[in-house]
Amino acid sequence: VVLVLHGYIYPLRDPRSLVLRPDETPYRFQVRLGGAAIYLAKKNIQKQGALVDYEKECYDRLHKKISHVWDLVLMQAREQLRAAKQRRKGDRLVIACQEQTYWLVNRPPPGAPSVLEQGPERGSCTASHVHMTKTADFYKREIEYCRRALGRTRVKSSVCLEAYLSFCDQHGPHDPLVSGCLPSNPWISDDDAYWVMNAPTVAAPTKLRVERWGFSFRELLEDPMGRAHFMDFLGKEFSGENLSFWEACEELRYGAQAQVPTLVDAVYQQFLAPGAARWVNIDSRTMERTLDGLRQPHRYVLDDAQLHIYMLMKKDSYPRFLKSDMYRGLLAEAGVLLEMKRRMFPFTRRPRRSSPSPALLPTPVEPTAASGPAGGDGVA
Amino acid sequence: MGLPPSAEPRSVLCQPKAQNLVFSEGTDYGLVLPVHQVAERVEALGQFVMKTRRTLKGHGNKVLCMDWCKDKRRIVSSSQDGKVIVWDSFTTNKEHAVTMPCTWVMACAYAPSGCAIACGGLDNKCSVYPLTFDKNENMAAKKKSVAMHTNYLSACSFTNSDMQILTASGDGTCALWDVESGQLLQSFHGHGADVLCLDLAPSETGNTFVSGGCDKKAMVWDMRSGQCVQAFETHESDINSVRYYPSGDAFASGSDDATCRLYDLRADREVAIYSKESIIFGASSVDFSLSGRLLFAGYNDYTINVWDVLKGSRVSILFGHENRVSTLRVSPDGTAFCSGSWDHTLRVWA
Repeated sequence: VVLVLHGYIYPLRDPRSLVLRPDETPYRFQVRLGGAAIYLAKKNIQKQGALVDYEKECYDRLHKKISHVWDLVLMQAREQLRAAKQRRKGDRLVIACQEQTYWLVNRPPPGAPSVLEQGPERGSCTASHVHMTKTADFYKREIEYCRRALGRTRVKSSVCLEAYLSFCDQHGPHDPLVSGCLPSNPWISDDDAYWVMNAPTVAAPTKLRVERWGFSFRELLEDPMGRAHFMDFLGKEFSGENLSFWEACEELRYGAQAQVPTLVDAVYQQFLAPGAARWVNIDSRTMERTLDGLRQPHRYVLDDAQLHIYMLMKKDSYPRFLKSDMYRGLLAEAGVLLEMKRRMFPFTRRPRRSSPSPALLPTPVEPTAASGPAGGDGVA
Repeated sequence: MGLPPSAEPRSVLCQPKAQNLVFSEGTDYGLVLPVHQVAERVEALGQFVMKTRRTLKGHGNKVLCMDWCKDKRRIVSSSQDGKVIVWDSFTTNKEHAVTMPCTWVMACAYAPSGCAIACGGLDNKCSVYPLTFDKNENMAAKKKSVAMHTNYLSACSFTNSDMQILTASGDGTCALWDVESGQLLQSFHGHGADVLCLDLAPSETGNTFVSGGCDKKAMVWDMRSGQCVQAFETHESDINSVRYYPSGDAFASGSDDATCRLYDLRADREVAIYSKESIIFGASSVDFSLSGRLLFAGYNDYTINVWDVLKGSRVSILFGHENRVSTLRVSPDGTAFCSGSWDHTLRVWA
């Protein structure tokens, strides 16, 4: 243990005590065989054969066990030692300590019984418990898979990487672990103000939050507040039934199996039936297909119609929303709030406020399947 | 299986009709990983300082899994001795605790409403416990058995509501269940060995998920039809963890082969490997920061490596755990991430 502590005192920020628990020492030599062998081989080379008694014993045992790949082990060991010489001293020390500690903690203690504390046995590809009978069905699926794979258009990876660049760029300022967050990260400052300011339903949303609604239609809908404002906007354009229909479809898709017939019927009556109170405008082909499918209702029966309406909102209403006075007003308002400085008394330790568990709050009246829970954030 | 290995040139445009296949090659070849093409243009990240901000002690044995509540501060964790604990990790208070009738509870999940949790392991089942604050009620009394597999449960996740659960199992399958009735809604066959992990896609149409298994494959599934729509096989050992990139266009995987990899769904190939010569122990769990710029990965050598997703380089290495890191998740608003370890503790880092 002293050896280990010694090795760990220097370059780490948080010196810590390593406690060896001999009764729980795992005895797993599957992939580790190679690693352990390499470690000992390196030591053997470095110390020119002067391994500690116990280590020598293990070395010999391993040699016997994996003698068929021993050349590889020696090669790897020499390679690692060579590469290590080129590393900076600091890195070398870290790596050496890492290896040493792993070895010290995970080697089988001399004489101790093997304790299998690794959990359930993981089957490999040859495991018999995975039933892979090559039935006609199996091959049908294979053919379908290959056909689809052939027909798929693949995008050049350079284009995909550009997409990551712009996504990371756009979302970077919103990523607390990359750019920090204002007024402070609750975990660091012990102040939950950030959560209070960003509660699902808060009077004044932050600028960053309102900005995010402009990143994609999905992000707007995912934020209950964004969705609510969008609903308001649609109301003004007399197309609120589109969003309501979409929400009802979500409820069906993610709802209880027993509710399926009832929900399908309710949606039909409210949105699809001729003369329905909140009739949605779907193209005739989709409507025909949907009405057909309604004869045998299942949870995905409204998928086509839902997608049609989603695309309609995304391509038409959403861009107009972003250009609207309503949205621009929200952005401007939120910008003003950002300017207001918060006075922080740096030496006052805020008590970590508890917040009511979502499980304590009454369930919301209108169940919207895709939205978050009702609150759960501390109120000042 | 007839799938070309991803090392070959992959920018291919095919006519849908099988008769006349027209191939045109793109400029990216598998030998030079494409992520480096963009790496130079990206600004380097600043000084990286992350520390343990909370340590949650209370489990009496190895922590195997954890999940965040949507309220951004509560978490549920499960351990080898069968204990499942719900914490307010901000205050470090334990709010609920339940003892499962089995050991090795390898999977746990928080319901979207925050009113229930799901868990399972060696009992081959996934059970849902409604969370109650009633002192007179025994949480175990209201337990609902939902999923039934023929081998251990390795992962579970609620879909967009409290009423559906997706599970992965050592029996090589994944399955979608109706919570209320316990009915099997869809099953997913295709893995050749134990399935160890899964993640739901953050997509507009919300129809797919990815799973990883001991057959070294990562498979993307259509939840509606039960079909596998894409598969990736470049890892050299068990895939312990899969997680979607926030845009939903890609996913990362962590494996026993000591590497993490990024697979792009539109390019249909691996686009990055996150590895170092000095990292020789398996990655047990991975997750992205909110913007997808950082990839946090917990390893069996007790450390957590922080990777710059775009540059492909390691930004930081975090020490603290005293045994292997078994689970890792970023909080819903990205302000922190939580790691669970065989050292019986959970740590929240920021």
